[in-house]
Amino acid sequence: MSTLATGAQPLMTDSADQPVRPTKARHTGPARDRGAGRAWGVLAVVIAVVWVFPIYWMINSAFLPLNKLQAPDPTFLPFGGTLSNFRRVLQDDTFWAAMRISLSVVVIVLVAALLFAFLAALAVSRFRFRGRKAFILTILVVQMIPAEGLFISQFQMLDGWHLVNKVAGLALVYVAAILPFTIWMLRGFVAGVPIELEEAGMVDGLSRTGAFFRITFPLLAPGLVAAGVYGFLQAWNEYTLALVVMTDPSQRTLPLWLQGLVEANRATDWGVVMAGAALIAIPVIVFFLFVQNKMTSGLVAGAVKG
Amino acid sequence: MAVTTLDVPDTGTPTSPRRRPKVGVYGLLVPASILMAVALGYPLVKQFVTSFQEYGLRQQFGQPAEWVGLKNYTDLLSDPYVWTVIGRSIAFCLVNAAVTMVVGIAFAVLMARVGAAARMTLQVSLLLAWGTPVLASMTVWQWLFDSQYGAINWVLSNVLGVDSMAHHSWIIEPLSFYFVATVIVVWMSVPFVAFSVYAGLLQVPEETMEAAQLDGASARQRFWNITMPMVRPVLSVVLLLQVIWDLKVFTQIYVLQRAGAPTRDTNLLGTLIYSYAKEFSKAGALATIMLVITLALTGFYIRQMLKEDEL
Repeated sequence: MSTLATGAQPLMTDSADQPVRPTKARHTGPARDRGAGRAWGVLAVVIAVVWVFPIYWMINSAFLPLNKLQAPDPTFLPFGGTLSNFRRVLQDDTFWAAMRISLSVVVIVLVAALLFAFLAALAVSRFRFRGRKAFILTILVVQMIPAEGLFISQFQMLDGWHLVNKVAGLALVYVAAILPFTIWMLRGFVAGVPIELEEAGMVDGLSRTGAFFRITFPLLAPGLVAAGVYGFLQAWNEYTLALVVMTDPSQRTLPLWLQGLVEANRATDWGVVMAGAALIAIPVIVFFLFVQNKMTSGLVAGAVKG
Repeated sequence: MAVTTLDVPDTGTPTSPRRRPKVGVYGLLVPASILMAVALGYPLVKQFVTSFQEYGLRQQFGQPAEWVGLKNYTDLLSDPYVWTVIGRSIAFCLVNAAVTMVVGIAFAVLMARVGAAARMTLQVSLLLAWGTPVLASMTVWQWLFDSQYGAINWVLSNVLGVDSMAHHSWIIEPLSFYFVATVIVVWMSVPFVAFSVYAGLLQVPEETMEAAQLDGASARQRFWNITMPMVRPVLSVVLLLQVIWDLKVFTQIYVLQRAGAPTRDTNLLGTLIYSYAKEFSKAGALATIMLVITLALTGFYIRQMLKEDEL
């Protein structure tokens, strides 16, 4: 196991800025391998096109007027499209109401989850204490619990506290749901910053607090950003718990709003539905593209490393 | 709070990577622990306890719950429909996890083989699929599989010439419903597997591969005897997560059901529990059964991981 554990360690730092690596083809040398390599390259591009098609289709359809969407033959290119689908969504008050609810939930979840997870990650990766192993084990096991088996019970709990249909109630169950993984992820990042750096700072005259905030903390910034994005994506995209907790239509989060839009417009106007989906998805996708590297590596490092 | 705790003087040896703190370190754990205990632990325990009680409409209006022992469990497990749903869920989970793993590993190997341009294209495409919110993806897939104007039926009937597919409804028939659900779940889950395994593949040292090559190992032998064992820890974690995720799948099934599929013929554990929302003790018992199934499917792996991982 030790070789594998050390093998996983560089993941945290270098997978982000090391996308290019000599391919196997270059190693094996012979010219016929180059032809095979090209065939594989073509295959990769074909797969890429197939995989991205649904997203292209969402954006394409969002720009098409109803008569083109319901034509006998689909329109594959968005030329001559219209913005009216987007206009209809953006003029819809329920969209903005849902946006407000979603943003409030996300902000609360991010602040609480990042702060609490950071403190806990610091404890388990920087200190040895009684109960440390038990805590890490709990974090692991909690992630195995199917949240889908808990939602009814969580609803009952929130109901008892009059937190159903409240942003605070939804945020509470979200924070608890993402804390275990966030702690797990940050633990990997904190452990990746050598304590010797901090000690060197202390030798140079910084206090322990000073050394922590001036040396370790900046090095943890990428980890905190990654954990933050993870939390953002979870809270922004989550559907199941929102469905259970936010039963009042005026308290819908964006995914609930989108499902409502689908049910109101299915078979009548897919264009406006696609515009709604695109408006929710595009900011998230852009955000996601920037940081996914850190998320995968954080997971793999946290999972494999001791 | 972090500041004060960190100010605790270091009593360990200066070179020790772990400090020896006083009680203050527990302060760091308090907020996270309390939150998880309240919003995860308490509902879990409550649900477990209630699964041994009678909890129906009367109890919702304040009547005390009566202990009924294992009645909720025997009621559920003597219902052949529940067994059908359990069987379906396990089958769905295993098929989806297996397909996702195979496709994901294949994509990872492909990424490692091809040139930078092709790899970037594939990676961006997978990232787009990965980053799209579940509900947005579900919406597009419903539109793609739409019986009247959907692109998939159009391609099948007009391009591939399968005329019977012209107005085919994909979700009415259970098998076809699960096929659609599998396509969607696999499409969403493959990127995570592909990226994790690819990150693992990058860690296999070049020198080892070259040495094996010099010793006459073929590409296939190198893959199965060196690469696979070395990325095995990553594969275990990823497979474990896939099994857990695919067993408790809810959103995809629920949304497809809402699109007009017959609920009873397409229920999996998640949606069945949801349908018991009004009968809390039954829902609790079924959720407990689901947890037991999860542990049965994953327990071996978890034990293995714990043994290997030093924590």
